[in-house]
Formats: sequence, C-alpha cells, structure tokens
Amino acid sequence: MEHTSSSGTTRRGFLQAGSATSLTLGFSLPLALTARAAAADSFAPNAFLRIGGDSSVTVICGSVEMGQGVLTAIPMLVAEELDADWQTVRVEQSPADKAYNNPLFGMQATGGSTTVRAFWEPMRKAGATARQMLVSAAASQWGVPATECRTESGRVLHSSGKALQYGDLVAAASALPVPDAPALKDAKDFRILGKPTNRLDTPAKINGTAKFGIDASLPGMLVAVMARAPAAGAKPVAMNEAGARAVKGVKNIITLPSGVAVLATGYWAAKKGRDALAVQWDLGAAAELSAAKVHKMLSEGVANATAVAKDAGNLSQGAASAKRKLQATYEAPYLAHACMEPMNCTAWVKPDSVELWVGTQSQGPSQGILAQVASVSPGNVKVNTMMLGGGFGRRFAPDFTIDATLLSKISGTPVKLIYTREDDMAAGFYRPAAMARFEAGLDAKGKPTMLKADVSSPSIMAASGFMKIPDNGVDAMAMEGISDNPYDIANMRLAYGRQEPGPQVWFWRSVGHSQNIFFMEGFIDEMAAAAKQDPFEFRRSLLGKQPRYKAVLEAAAAKAGWGKPLPKGVHRGIAVAQSFGSYVAEVAEVSVDKSGTPHVHRVVAAVDCGMTVNPQTIARQIEGAIVYGLTAALYGRITHKDGRVEQGNFDAYPLLRMHEMPKVEVHILPSTEKPGGIGEPGTPPIAPAVVNAIFAATGKRIRTLPIAPVELKRT
Amino acid sequence: MISLSVNGQTVTVEAEADTPLLWILREELGLTGTKFGCGMALCGACTVHLDGQAVRSCSTPIAEAAGKRVTTIEGIGASSVGKVVQQAWLKQDVPQCGYCQSGQIMSACALLASNKAPKEALINEAMSGNLCRCGTYNQIKAAIQGASAELVRGA
Repeated sequence: MEHTSSSGTTRRGFLQAGSATSLTLGFSLPLALTARAAAADSFAPNAFLRIGGDSSVTVICGSVEMGQGVLTAIPMLVAEELDADWQTVRVEQSPADKAYNNPLFGMQATGGSTTVRAFWEPMRKAGATARQMLVSAAASQWGVPATECRTESGRVLHSSGKALQYGDLVAAASALPVPDAPALKDAKDFRILGKPTNRLDTPAKINGTAKFGIDASLPGMLVAVMARAPAAGAKPVAMNEAGARAVKGVKNIITLPSGVAVLATGYWAAKKGRDALAVQWDLGAAAELSAAKVHKMLSEGVANATAVAKDAGNLSQGAASAKRKLQATYEAPYLAHACMEPMNCTAWVKPDSVELWVGTQSQGPSQGILAQVASVSPGNVKVNTMMLGGGFGRRFAPDFTIDATLLSKISGTPVKLIYTREDDMAAGFYRPAAMARFEAGLDAKGKPTMLKADVSSPSIMAASGFMKIPDNGVDAMAMEGISDNPYDIANMRLAYGRQEPGPQVWFWRSVGHSQNIFFMEGFIDEMAAAAKQDPFEFRRSLLGKQPRYKAVLEAAAAKAGWGKPLPKGVHRGIAVAQSFGSYVAEVAEVSVDKSGTPHVHRVVAAVDCGMTVNPQTIARQIEGAIVYGLTAALYGRITHKDGRVEQGNFDAYPLLRMHEMPKVEVHILPSTEKPGGIGEPGTPPIAPAVVNAIFAATGKRIRTLPIAPVELKRT
Repeated sequence: MISLSVNGQTVTVEAEADTPLLWILREELGLTGTKFGCGMALCGACTVHLDGQAVRSCSTPIAEAAGKRVTTIEGIGASSVGKVVQQAWLKQDVPQCGYCQSGQIMSACALLASNKAPKEALINEAMSGNLCRCGTYNQIKAAIQGASAELVRGA
C-alpha cells in the first residue's frame, strides 16, 4: 500500500516534518548520546547527567513517563543540587541498564509511586557531584580556594566577581576525580524543588511529535492483531484460516499460548483478518466463571478469613463492653486499567538479540523475561522506552512484550503487536474483586470498643510472579488500608481469606487501598452514624496518635468549609487515607437527583506528601487520581459470564467525561518529612468520600461499587 | 487510488475503501500524532478535521475523505485558532500522559473556530466525546477558556 504524492511530498518528508521538533526521547535517542559514551566536549560524571560545551544540561531519566511527571521531577532533583539554569535543562529517557535501577525495587521499573521516593537522594547526589567538580575546576583555573567560590544558575562565581559558565568548564571538570560524598543543600536553600514548574514533555505532547510505543515503525514491519484467548488456558478448537488469509494484506497466522495472531501489512488488514478467523474457543473449567460465582467465593472467603494480619487487644472483651454493635459487608468488583493507549509492543528478534520499542513500566525485568523467550542473553535485549499512554500498573505486566517477541521470532520479521480496545479490556490483569465484612462495638459514649474485619480477595502477591505470600498467609496488598488503619481502637482483629476465582489479578492505581479504603472509610462512617457523631469529628477523635492523618483531615475539612451551609440538596462526605508514604483527606460535595444519579460538584483534597519536588505535578496527580477513583466508583466493573469478560469498549466500561468533572481543589501541607509517593495516594479516599456524601444526602448506605443509581432512586 | 488534502498537501493513497482514515494517516503518511484509542468513535483520541469539522478518524472510511481537506494535530498550528489553542495548552501545561491530547486539541479547535466565546455548557458538550484517563478535564477547560479570551481579544 505505497502512496504517491502529487505535490512531491513523500512519506519520508512527512516523517521528517513530524519529528523535527520532537524531544530526544525513546527510539530517537542515539546511543552515542548516553552518558558512558559522552564525547570529550561534554562533562558526564555519572549516568544521570551530561553538561555540554554550550552549558546545556541533559538529565537522563531511568523511570518511564506515563503522565506522572517523572521526566520533569528527576531533572528538577538534579538541577537543584547542580545549581543549573532551569532554562538550559533537557531530559532524555535512559536505555535499560542496571545503572538506572530503582533503589526501592532493585530493578529498573516504574511503579508503586516510588520514583521521587527512590531517587530523591541519588539524583540530588548526582547533581551535587557535578557541581563540586565544576567548582574545583573553576577554582583551579583561577588559582583560588574552592571555598571562595559559589554557584548560581549554571555559573561558578568567585568572590572577586569572576564568573565562568558551566560549559566553559566541561573539559577541566571531566579530568577531575569524582567525589564520593558531595554535600547536599539544606531544604531551606532550595530554588527549584518545591516550586510549581511546567513539564518538560508538554511541548511534544501538544503538537503530535511525542512518540508513544504505538508510534514505532520499522522497515519491513508487520502489524499483528490477535484473537486473544478469552480466559487463561482456553484452547482454539476451530478457526477460518482461509478466510483470514483471503484478506488483502494478511501475511501470516501464528498461534501462541495466549491466542491466535494475524500478521499483516497494517492494522486494518490485521484486524479484518483477525475478525475473519472467527476463532471458537474451548474455555474448559474457566467457562464456569460468572459474577455470581465470584460473589459466592468471596462470601466464603470472608467466612473463612483465618490469616490474621493484626490482632490487638482482646476482641471478645471489646465486644462484651460494647453497648451498641454494628456489622456490614462491603464489596468491590474487578476493574480494568483502561489506559488510553491500548497495550502494544514492537519487537525485532534477530538470531542473537532482541530489540523492543515499547512503553513498559518494567524495562529491567523485560530484559530477563524476553531473553528467555527469545533464547538470547539478557544483555542482548535492548529496550527502547517510549512514552506511555497511561500505565496505572497495567504496563508493569509482560504479556504484550512476550507476545510481540514471540511473533517476531516466529515470523522472522519486525512485528508491532497492537491490542484492540476490546482485547485490552478482556486480556486479563485486573484489580482484584474483593469483599470485607466488618463488625464494630461502641460504648455508651459512642467510643469504639472493638473492630473486626474479615477480608477476601485473590492475591496479587501470588499472581505477580515476583512476590510470595508470607508465611502468615496474609497478602499484604489484599489487606493494606485495613490492616494499617490509623484509628485508635484498642481491640482489633483484621484477617484475610484468600480466594482465587480465576482471572489474573494485578496492580491497579493504589492497589489494595483502591478497594480497602472504600471499605474501611465507609464503615468508619457507619460507626460515626451509629455513635450519632459528626463523621469528621468522629474520625478526628480516633486520630490523636496520628498527627499526619489528623492534619490532612482537619485541613480538608477546613478548606471545604465542613459544617457550613451548602446549596439545597448538596451534601458532604469525608474520607482519609495514607498510601505510598503520603496522607490524603478528601471532602466530596454531592447531590443525588430523582433518578438516583449522584452528581459530584466539588472535591477538596488536602495532602501531606512530605517535602515536595513539583507542587504543580502533585496537584495534578491528586486531581487525576480523584478522577480515576471517581470513574471506578460511578462506573467501574469487569464482570464475567460463562468465563468471558462482558465489557469490551468504552460503551460498556465508561470513563468519566468532561461534563461530569467536579471542581477540584488540592491543598498541599508544608512538611519537612521525607517525600512520599504522589501518583496513587489521591485515588483511595474519593470513593468513600462520595458514598459518605450520598449517605448524608439520602440516608442510604452504598456498600457495593459501582454505585447503582437504581438503589438511590426516589419514587 | 484516493486523493485527499492532508495539512494543505495533496496526497494520493492506494487503500481498501473501508480502511479508516486513522490508519492511512498513521501508517501510510507517518502522521502518528493522531491516536488510536477505541476504534468505535467512543474516545475521541483519533479526532481530526474533515473540511473543518471534527470527525473521529477511526470510524471514517478513507473513501469518505476522498477529495476533502484533512487537518491533523501536525498541521493545526498553521491556523490562527490552532496556534492560539496550542499556546493556551502550553501555558496551562495541560497534558499528563498526553495520549488523548491531540484529539482534545482538535476538538477544541473545531469548537473555537465555530464559536470563539463558548459558554461552559457548550464546552462540556463539545468536549464530552473526548476521554482523558489521566483526568486533565479541568485543565483542558481552562485552556479552552484561555484560548477563547485570546481569540476574543484578537478579534
């Protein structure tokens, strides 16, 4: 399908025009520009930065950009200690290399809201190292003590008034030994950290030049679309190969364990070929999976929650001293990540090497996995990291990289595998469905005397392939948010009952907190109502030993005007959580119309994430995380019927749209604590804040997500 | 052979008539700024202009674009509205992952080209076909309002 042009514009011309202004990122990164191969006219004291003779500062980022802002945060950390002129700072995506391992993971991977937490010190040290060497080089050139020199905006200055640009010092600095322990700044001296800063990747993301995985293109490449197995272990029992091959452009049909792939000259031919295949599947035992079966299994898991995560005080004494008891059962469904960019990977397998062009959260692990898949050594797996059109945990999974590698190996050609939206939705990798049964006791004054929680869900730790459930049988991720709840209740027993209905479970923005904070903060609200206390004051009274929780709770309430009048029909709900080292409280203002549809008008969030890098990113991440959680609360549901996922596209798996978007205010509390994560902690409190507001509005308690308007309908 | 104008240049492509415009732009013309999101006109990531109207290129067969003017994110900056909108996006620092933003900008440009001072309800209506999983809706709206103010000032 070549095209000719009547105006003389060639395909190459379009490509060049399209890439001329792009950031040097992803596969456009020439290897010669990596730190270790830096030319003599630049200064690269470590793998993380390079200063050019023109004084430009290039920071090399090992974490991947999926919207969370690391391509700006990492350069800010380096630039701060380097005393760089921010206007000269550029960023490049690193290759996959152990030099860029995330210190919290011990591998090169991006997730768990860890990048700033993991690299806060190493990146500052990288910048400080370079700064110290530049100062030494200048001092030596001037014949003055280094102690008489200081740095500012990309220059070394001497007390006499002499000054040198960093670019003038690259050769001299390169000849110096690299110091081990450069001094780091005191936080009060920060000029870049803590200041709202525009993102370095914005220009390329508003003119079409940013390159995502799906944008990769190689000569001779085929595009693959798969008929993916509808459940793990499903076997194709019949297919119309001749029909698929009759589609113009179809070149090959390859069966893998995960499904049947049609390879063609382009996406459309591959998809038509895939559709023509009309694969019939034998799902085996998986065909018995249904939403009812999941519910039944979780109910059994709750009834048999024997793995104890926390056992404090004496539950029966706590129960005996209660004047009032309450119990409730909460449930949350499987959820899909639904990244805007469907999963995809371009792979080129040669006899002794593999090269990938992909947006993956796990560049490091990919090297090891794909080396096995293609029978090459891990060092010969080259990962070209592209922009990620959303990640949310989904792109931590290796399914699409493995399949693309297999298809290239078998076909002998470069292959770009693209999941259709429906494949993406049904491909497996879901936030676990979960259930929690709570019991609480209150004394005559409404003070809690006991709390019991029995939680059931499938285990992410077991499913991950790289973690293991500890000996006590408690999947930490299945219990997080409940087992570490902050409330001052003397007698608590919090336990886990594992159930495995079958679908592959996976990390989903905020992981266990995404459902457990809904459960926990919903039930705490029920306890407040049973105690006839204000839900904010009730929480506050139980957070005396938790100053950071209490501070965000109070700040959110104050900023939201808790207790002050609202327009008729609008009511507030509140919730608080800590996850990934950050504390977030949210107040939602909600009304419910006659049809039972909730409308979220405004959300006020208060966050304590320790010392901050980029407050603008923090506010945007909290806001985005609220949208992510609100979408789940209002609409999110992956269900199975006869073993197959019932949702395919955005008609059956709706996402929040602009007309439903609440106003969002984010207040960041000043803090000298070490940095916390920011990509995920905004998600957990929003669902309970909304359902608690619905309770205030209607007196009806929502204990199952997504919210069902039919239950709130007024007749 | 199908001829059409893309960002002001006439191109001729050979393709099956039912091939969506999206894949011609991305795979034949190398214009990858227009994104694939759903294939069913549900998410708006593939939005381009066809004779000035915002359309979902994933569900527009190439045959329907024959003889027409197509503008993509790569070409929108050449128009006065496009330039103002991209500047507003930059000033507001809208994108997070950025994948949906080409489509958002194309929808916003079509709206502002037809009405340079849209009320909030009209912005919501015009933009409700464009999904953003990162949740940048408030920033998108602020950028549209900023661009609107700029266009009104320049009028």
